[in-house]
Amino acid sequence: MASKTVLDFEKSIADLDDNLEKLRQIVADRTHPENTENLPGEIANLEDHRTAILRELFARLTPWDKVLLARHERRPYTLDYIHAMTTDFQELHGDRSFADDGAIVAGLARIDDIPVAIVGHQKGRDIKQRQFRNFGYARPEGYRKAIRVMKMAAKFGMPIVTIIDTPAASADVAADERGISEAIARSMYEMSALPVPIVSAVVGEGGSGGALGIAVANRVLMLEHSIYSVIPPEGCAAILWRDPERKAEAASALNLTAQHALNLGVIEEIVPEPLGGAHRDWSLTADRLREALVRNLRELMASSGEDLAKQRYQRFRKIGQYHEDAIEKRNGHKPHDGG
Amino acid sequence: MPPEGWFRKRSKFSAAPAAARTAANAVPEGVVQKCLGCGQILFTKDFEKNLKVCAQCGFHHKLTADERIAYTVDEGSFVGFADNLRSVDPLRFPDYQSKVDKLEATTGLNDPMKIGTARIKNVPCVVAASDFRFIGGSMGSVAGEKIVRAMEAGIENNLPVIIFTASGGARMHEGLLSLMQMAKTSAAAALLAAHKIPYFVVMTDPTMAGVLAAYASLGDVIIAEPAAMIGFAGARVAAQASSQKPPEGYQTAEWQLGRGQIDSIVHRREMPDTLASLLTMMGCEAIESPAPQPPVMEGQEGETPSEVTVG
Repeated sequence: MASKTVLDFEKSIADLDDNLEKLRQIVADRTHPENTENLPGEIANLEDHRTAILRELFARLTPWDKVLLARHERRPYTLDYIHAMTTDFQELHGDRSFADDGAIVAGLARIDDIPVAIVGHQKGRDIKQRQFRNFGYARPEGYRKAIRVMKMAAKFGMPIVTIIDTPAASADVAADERGISEAIARSMYEMSALPVPIVSAVVGEGGSGGALGIAVANRVLMLEHSIYSVIPPEGCAAILWRDPERKAEAASALNLTAQHALNLGVIEEIVPEPLGGAHRDWSLTADRLREALVRNLRELMASSGEDLAKQRYQRFRKIGQYHEDAIEKRNGHKPHDGG
Repeated sequence: MPPEGWFRKRSKFSAAPAAARTAANAVPEGVVQKCLGCGQILFTKDFEKNLKVCAQCGFHHKLTADERIAYTVDEGSFVGFADNLRSVDPLRFPDYQSKVDKLEATTGLNDPMKIGTARIKNVPCVVAASDFRFIGGSMGSVAGEKIVRAMEAGIENNLPVIIFTASGGARMHEGLLSLMQMAKTSAAAALLAAHKIPYFVVMTDPTMAGVLAAYASLGDVIIAEPAAMIGFAGARVAAQASSQKPPEGYQTAEWQLGRGQIDSIVHRREMPDTLASLLTMMGCEAIESPAPQPPVMEGQEGETPSEVTVG
């Protein structure tokens, strides 16, 4: 974590983080042993103080704060989770047709000893990696690689895990030229009928069709501070009010937080993040995510392939709210309890 | 500050000459209209007889869902269903409900999507048509549900499904619920395919974003109308995202045909024959003028006729 990005609302704790680090360094270095006897107590006090501030800050996060957290540069990305949660990861590349898209990674791995296919969007952390990963904007060949690996997994009866973290699918001329729309549509179409368990987890940005393209799952989980939206708040504000700067307002209007998604019946479970957000404790976040994924996979693995495909179809079939005659039809999809 | 009237004589847009022109060329309203492609003044009667295609330049003007159905299916054969589905405002999204209310009043529609059974050149089928006037033909919960019901009706009645798209994409006012309609409709297209039911998409102007990246791209056959805009993101967003300048004709049906994304471009007048020709080769039989039948819907046996809106 070379980068020291600090969000505005995190500033009050950034100083505390710095001071704590300095104090710990002094204790560790033993440069002034005569003055350090009170330090452990002081460190504990400061830590308590920091926890109190974080609690207060995170108790009143706005939807826009969540957008910023979901996009946080120090937040763990898909490969960080794969490395923390799985063993024997073997990455598989390419769509066998055009290229290998760096914005989607795919492969086989074991999670809690279950062999699975794992597919996810990948963002880059430094400038070079960001370019290589196209900032997480997946291209047609990414979706084609994803579905190729998922279909192979289905052939061998392996469950599938997908990790969602993309601002959106690539919208440039080249993506259009190679059928980005068809690639996303085809991936959803194929995923809907695969006869194996599929669990998806939104870990950062669930950016519209680019996210959903690999999230047609039996169960969808979201990390506590991740977002899932039909359009980025900036784009929504630009269309509605011709003013992208009203993005915070748009973030509220769009109901894009994990808590909203659960209420709308679009996801089954929220995975709690460590206090202060996933970026403050990668390994605890990965532990919790792994626990949730494995629990859901094991539950689904008790069902037949045919039932899994049917359940997945019905899961999406039921989503939507409308009036029919005088009766208002509410979403029939009942969320599980979170956490 | 120039004195009043300084520019009056020079400007052809100033008020007085325009008023004079209007008076001089006064024609009853609706008798003529201007082609949106070439600017040619067309007699409305001829224009409509020509299926709203400009006789001069061939520009295909947008159609309402009713016009689309009237211009495509055999006269009197369309039997609509699910017309009673109406949008709710699940997110209490700013100005959404008032927008829907206003459009319901002005268009007489509940939603862009109109679905029903019909015959095209005597071939029975399920037809869906989108009306761009209704929030840009956008797909929310209602449109998604109607697409799926149209596909389910195809499965239940063993009828091919033909969808005429005209949409800016998913409807942001319903947030994630709209997004999920992309998966819902794509999954239904897969179910349709599993039942070996022919599924055609006719892309009309425009077919974009969340609709293009879902059921619209999944037809066994994808036909477009000439010059229809077809693309993932709008040209402006694409230009921002691209290092290259968008090429000439970017996101037109003709450009997409060249990129291998659609099967063919068909003139509006040729559409019924083209569809019927393909459908019959795929095993759909033309029948001699049967009486229109309301569709059988799964799980809705015993539905009273009053619940099926005949369009």
